Formats: sequence, C-alpha cells, structure tokens
Amino acid sequence: MSERQDIIRLENVRFAYGERPILDGLNLTIRRGEIVAIMGASGGGKTTLLGLIGGRLTPSAGQVFVEDQNVPTLSKTALYTLRRRIGMLFQFGALFTDLSVFENVAFPYREQTNLSEDMIRTLVLMKLEAVGLRGAAHLMPSELSGGMARRAALARAVTLDPSIMLYDEPFTGLDPISVGIIGRLIKRLNAALGMTSVIVTHDLNETLRLADRVVVLSGGKVYCDLAPDDIRASTDPFIRQFADGLPDGPVPFHYPADDYIGDLLAS
Amino acid sequence: MKADPISLLTSLGHAVTSRLDRLGLAARFSIAVFRVLGAVFLRFGLIIRELYFSGVRSLSIVIVSGLFVGMVLAVQGYEVLQRYGSTEALGVIVALSLVRELGPVVTALLFAGRASSAVTAEIGLMRATDQLAAMDMMAVDPLARVIAPRFLAAIFSLPLLAALFSAAGVCGAWIIGVKLIGIDDGAFWSQMQASVDVRIDIVNGILKSVVFGVAVGLISVFEGFFAVPTAEGVSTATTRTVVTSSLAVLLLDLVLTVMMFRGLN
Repeated sequence: MSERQDIIRLENVRFAYGERPILDGLNLTIRRGEIVAIMGASGGGKTTLLGLIGGRLTPSAGQVFVEDQNVPTLSKTALYTLRRRIGMLFQFGALFTDLSVFENVAFPYREQTNLSEDMIRTLVLMKLEAVGLRGAAHLMPSELSGGMARRAALARAVTLDPSIMLYDEPFTGLDPISVGIIGRLIKRLNAALGMTSVIVTHDLNETLRLADRVVVLSGGKVYCDLAPDDIRASTDPFIRQFADGLPDGPVPFHYPADDYIGDLLAS
Repeated sequence: MKADPISLLTSLGHAVTSRLDRLGLAARFSIAVFRVLGAVFLRFGLIIRELYFSGVRSLSIVIVSGLFVGMVLAVQGYEVLQRYGSTEALGVIVALSLVRELGPVVTALLFAGRASSAVTAEIGLMRATDQLAAMDMMAVDPLARVIAPRFLAAIFSLPLLAALFSAAGVCGAWIIGVKLIGIDDGAFWSQMQASVDVRIDIVNGILKSVVFGVAVGLISVFEGFFAVPTAEGVSTATTRTVVTSSLAVLLLDLVLTVMMFRGLN
C-alpha cells in the first residue's frame, strides 16, 4: 500500500469537561483498514474520543491527526472538507425525523453533490439494498424499529463512501438479531469500501467477533491495546471485570461517597 | 442552612456572570446566523417550507384574532366617540390603532406563542436526538440548513401576518360599526382613507413588524439551538422563547413608538 499506514493519530490528548478531566495524556494510533473497538467504563471518554476525531470537540492539549491533518487547527471549511471523508453512526441513529428513509439517505447527495435525481435514486436504492431496507425506503423514521433505524442511519453514514467510519455505541438497545446484523454490516462495509472503522461499544461478545484490535480506556489513558484473543485470555483484573461483567472490582460499584454509617447517622 | 454574606455575594456574582455569558453567546450566535443568511437565499426552497409552517399555519389564529380585536375596538371606540358626536371617526381610530400598534404587536405575540415556540421545540429536539450533530458530521452546517431558514421565515411572515391582522381588524370594526350600529358607510371608509398616512402609519407599522420578526425569530432559534438536550431542557427553552419574545416585543414597541411617533401632531 503506497498510502500512509496511520490514518488516525492522537498524541498526548487531554480533554476536560469543566474541572473533570476525561482524557489525560491519551496516545492512540489507528492504521488504515483496521476495525478498532474502543471500550471502557461509562463516562470514560469513549464518545469524547469520537468527538475529537470528528473535530466536534477540541482537546485542551495534545494533537489529533486524521489523514495527516491536525484536526483542532483546521478552519471550518477545511474541517468540512475532511468530514466528507468521515462517516459517523450515532447512538440512536439520529435520522432526520421530518424526512423519509429514502430522503435521509439521499440527504448527503443532495447537500454535497450535483448528481441528477435519477442518479441519486439509483445510489440511494443501492445503499438501502446493502442494509436490507430497500423495501422500507418510503417509511418515516418513526415507523422503524430500533434496529431498522440503525441500519438506515448506517446507509446514510456511508453514502459518500467515507474512508473512516466512526460508530458510537452501534449495538446499544438492539435485540440479538439486530446486533448480529449490524456487526456483520460493519465488517462487510469495512472490507467492501476499504474503510477504517472505530467502534465505541459496550458489547464485548460482538466486539471480539468483529474487531482487529480492542483498546480499553481507563483513567483517561489507553489501559491496554490487545487483539481479541488476548482479551479472552487475559488475567488482568480490570479486563476480567469487564469481560465477565463483574459489578465490583478495579472499577468500583459505588460512586465515591462519605462513610455510609456516618452519613446515615448525620442529622 | 443559613446564608452567609460571602455565599450570597458569590451566588449574586454567579447569576450576573452567567447572564452576561448567555448574552455574549447570543450575540456571537446572532453574528454567525447573519453570516450564513446570504447562502440561504440561494436555496429559497428551504425558506418556503418554513414560511409554510410558521406563516401559513398561523393564518387562522391571526385572522380570527384580528377580527375580534377590531370588533372590540369598534365597540369601545363607539362608546367614547358618541359622547363627542363624532362616531364617523370610528374607522380612523380603529385603523390607526391597528396599523400603528395592535397589528404588529399582537401579531408578534401570537406568532411567538403559535410558531416560535414550535420552532424552539423542533430545534431543541433535533439537538437532543443528535440530528444537528449528525448534520454537522455530514459537513452540512446546521446554522445554514436548519437555523437560518427558520429565522428568515419569521422575518418574512410577521409583516405579512400583521397586515392581515390589521385588515381583518378593520373588517371586524366595519361589521360592528357600520352593519350593526349603523354608522355611515361612506364616512367610515373616507375618513379612514383621509387620515391614514402611508409613510407615517403603514410603513412604520411594517418596520415594527420586521424588527419584531428579527427579535422573535432570533430568540426562537437561539433558545432551541442551545436547549439542554433533555425533555425538561426543551420544555424550559420553549417557555423561555415565549416569555422572552413577548417581553422583547413589548419593550421594542415602546422604543420604536417613541422614535417613530414622537413629535407628530
């Protein structure tokens, strides 16, 4: 491959909401063509990471390179040019509720290209066929099930054939069949369109089946960066707590609080 | 808990700075919206859709309200005028009240309740469901695609709605005054025609409507765009749109009236 291998590179990234640091000195490199899963406890900065890559958030320190462009320094025009090559699937799809499924998928074509109506129709139907929703083209988002909405949103996210796909919790709230369908679609699209995928997820089973690498975040840093098989075999208590879904462990069950008895007795 | 002076001072300071903060945010937001207006004119189809939702769908409430307000004005006006034996001036009184004041002001208040609140709720929900974020990630500027068309629709529809409100009001006054009370039809219209000035009364009334449209439009899109993305946040934003818009309209009306009509005899 003649192109640069690293497509996304985060260097010493710091990000805080107010006083609360979310990411603190995070380093991460993602290579072209990979499917990388980002895991970690809720509120651990996973979605923030996607925001930084997509340029929706600005780090308080450090650098974010996407396709060799330093995202936080880009002008709005340059950022929008870059974003045409980035697709993003939001947690609940974020379909435009006033547009039909067809019009949702046609939206990027209508906004970003000068294609003829015939051409748009053909392309939209192809995208919808790929996610199995050609027959649902005329439906409104309110008429779709959660899984169908996610697939329609996926079709919309890949309309302009992005080189990078960002998935924010693509499996949340879906039944096991839909989870399987979305998982297979992600894998197939990544191979067929030659994309690089970054998936923020809690669904360990699906992740291990899907990803080339699993990056676990903890304390605002990369805790570990392993292949799925190494995660399965790991004896690390934090990873085990995660993999086995244990309520208490290195990630405490209790939100930090004063002494329980003392709190109850306080008037 | 007892409030000590220091914490009172702190909360006072916080209240002041957070309001100033929001004012600054509103100013920056307004500038950003005005900067994309030009591009939006090139895609007039987007504005037409919003004109339909904000303007056309407000027609019934505006016309019916105008009719009733005109009727009430006629009843009250007649009461006073007949004491001085000048009941045929009823048309003038009603028309001037409507085109100078009630048309622009009441229409703006109705518009804030009927259309702006809906705009705020819609934009707030688009934010809460990540639709604005999704658009932004698709390299489509939500300010140009969602915000500016709704803002422009308010500016375009308010003067037209106010004109219809005034027209309906005059008709209402005519029904009460001429048809029911029996004032002379010719006097009613000719006095109105002679006394209502195009520049002083009608143009100033339209100007007021445009200014109200800018204010009400900006407030509704601002509140929606920065609504806290929860059910409570969107409902608070909607309420705030109606309250702030109404106060802004009444305050602006005072300022504009003093500027426009002071010194006229």
